[in-house]
Amino acid sequence: MTISVRSIKKQFGTFRALDGVSLDVPAGELVALLGPSGSGKTTLLRILSGLEQPDAGITLLDGNDLAAQSARQRNVGLVFQHYALFRHLDVFENVAFALRVRKRPEAEVRARVTELLQLVQLEGLGRRLPSQLSGGQRQRIALARALAAQPRVLLLDEPFGALDAQVRAELRSWLRRLHDEIQLTTVFVTHDQDEAFEVADRVVIMNHGKIEQVGSPTEVFEHPANDFVMRFLGHVNVLEARFEDGRARVGSVSIPVDRGGEIDGPGRIYVRPHEVDVVRHPGNGAIAARVVRVTPLGAGLKIELTAPALGSSLRADVDWERGSALALRDGDDVYLSVRRARVFAEAA
Amino acid sequence: MILERQVPIPRGTTTEPTWVRRTIIGIGLVFVTLFVVIPLATVLISAFSHGVAAYGRAISDPHALRALKLTLIAAAIAVPLNLVFGVAAAWAIARFRFPGRALLVTLIDLPLAVSPVIAGMVFVLLFGAHGLIGPWLSAHGVKVIFALPGIVLATTFVTVPYVARELIPLMEAQGHEEEEAALVLGASPWQMFRRVTLPKIKWGLLYGVVLCTARALGEFGAVSVVSGNIRGRTSTLPLHVEILYNEYEYQAAFAVASLLVIIGIASLIARRVIARRKEAVS
Repeated sequence: MTISVRSIKKQFGTFRALDGVSLDVPAGELVALLGPSGSGKTTLLRILSGLEQPDAGITLLDGNDLAAQSARQRNVGLVFQHYALFRHLDVFENVAFALRVRKRPEAEVRARVTELLQLVQLEGLGRRLPSQLSGGQRQRIALARALAAQPRVLLLDEPFGALDAQVRAELRSWLRRLHDEIQLTTVFVTHDQDEAFEVADRVVIMNHGKIEQVGSPTEVFEHPANDFVMRFLGHVNVLEARFEDGRARVGSVSIPVDRGGEIDGPGRIYVRPHEVDVVRHPGNGAIAARVVRVTPLGAGLKIELTAPALGSSLRADVDWERGSALALRDGDDVYLSVRRARVFAEAA
Repeated sequence: MILERQVPIPRGTTTEPTWVRRTIIGIGLVFVTLFVVIPLATVLISAFSHGVAAYGRAISDPHALRALKLTLIAAAIAVPLNLVFGVAAAWAIARFRFPGRALLVTLIDLPLAVSPVIAGMVFVLLFGAHGLIGPWLSAHGVKVIFALPGIVLATTFVTVPYVARELIPLMEAQGHEEEEAALVLGASPWQMFRRVTLPKIKWGLLYGVVLCTARALGEFGAVSVVSGNIRGRTSTLPLHVEILYNEYEYQAAFAVASLLVIIGIASLIARRVIARRKEAVS
């Protein structure tokens, strides 16, 4: 099933939750709606599910307008952020709910629920109550329940938000495998960039009720459309600059930039921490700096620096090998060079 | 080490001195004994003061039985009415934001705030022989005041708050997500209520109904005003107790009163049991 939304608007009181959102999700694709809280991503999901009505715009499922269909008629699978399992029903009856309200024969219900419990690897827990399950188990039961009536699309609202880090990581790759298996068009909401990048085919970046950029994880990370996307996806050093002759002047230093020729006058440049080189000795174009603090971070080191010539402090990330070769200590004098600096026309 | 051992162990800051504890517990016990235990014991002792046979006669007296029947009929109408209203009002208040919501919350509490006698008088002013719509109703052969409809109205009025007040905080705390999940899973509104909402609020609802029933059976003031207190015709159990008492039939009055005490104690036990189930569920 393909999902299309066209110019969706939704207002809650004075708060504009969605301000003209249009999006297409091809059949079988897994798309992440990524954005800070209040960006409208959950509202968009609720509109797709039929729990909210848009003020304007249309939603289409395989080209058919959904406006006339209530939530119960749409047959979409929705997994709530806090699962919303029925607390008085056991796991089996939770998963069976959609089939019970459709008055399916008992044998069919049993077969389908058993199959789903196997799919989410929780067979044998059918008689437990939701309160007797761990967070990760509840999450998978919520997913099994949403899939019971063969929904046309699957919608997930912060599916891993309430779980601890390790369970999260396991469930992420599990969800991706599950999606590859069942090939159901899926939209999931998250504020976590790693989660979106790991699970989704495409990422939709939202902010203030608008879509900022749509693309594969690599596209949006490598080619951010604007300064919001640049800032939202990972850490970035933002330096005040003045553009002249295709170069940016930052403090007393001149730095070559992408698309530098397009802009003149004051603006900003954006430098990812892994695109800053740190060396011990001065060289061509190197900028003097001092190490403020070195912190181990995942697969490398995070180095906080001050560079008087730039009139700013900034962060550089280096891998372990490079880090141990440098053997930096707080207070050391070093030199840095910027491998790549981006500019955005809107920000200038 | 040595220094530490020499320091006296301080009294836990949350533990009061013994004499304070004993005084507080003592005040509580004396108060409950004076104002609850002794009066209730007196009711039961007086009820049986002329023996079991006299007790049996008093409560099987036709007027007493008639009063019991009237009381049960009034409660049997008022409680279901308030059950439906309470669920509907709590649903509306917990789920929706609408103009007049705060007013509705306040109005639900109104019967607790005004004296039941005033409530009775309002119905007399509305439906009485010289009231606003009383003459029109009696012209059409409907008698409200000094009759069963008036008793039901007064009983319903004073029991309005109980179910709704029990359910509003419960439904607000439970949120709406499970209901939304039910709708998305294809449930009709009725299926959603029957299969999701009702089981969620079951124990709170039952608790409210018990409170409501106890109040409905015991109401005196409002019913006294609207019923005219006609012996054997419009007197409910509490009113019948008063009639007997005014006629110096103390033993019979206490015998009938003991029925109300028993109903009261039964409802207390029911409340305890339900409250425990309610906690176990939530």
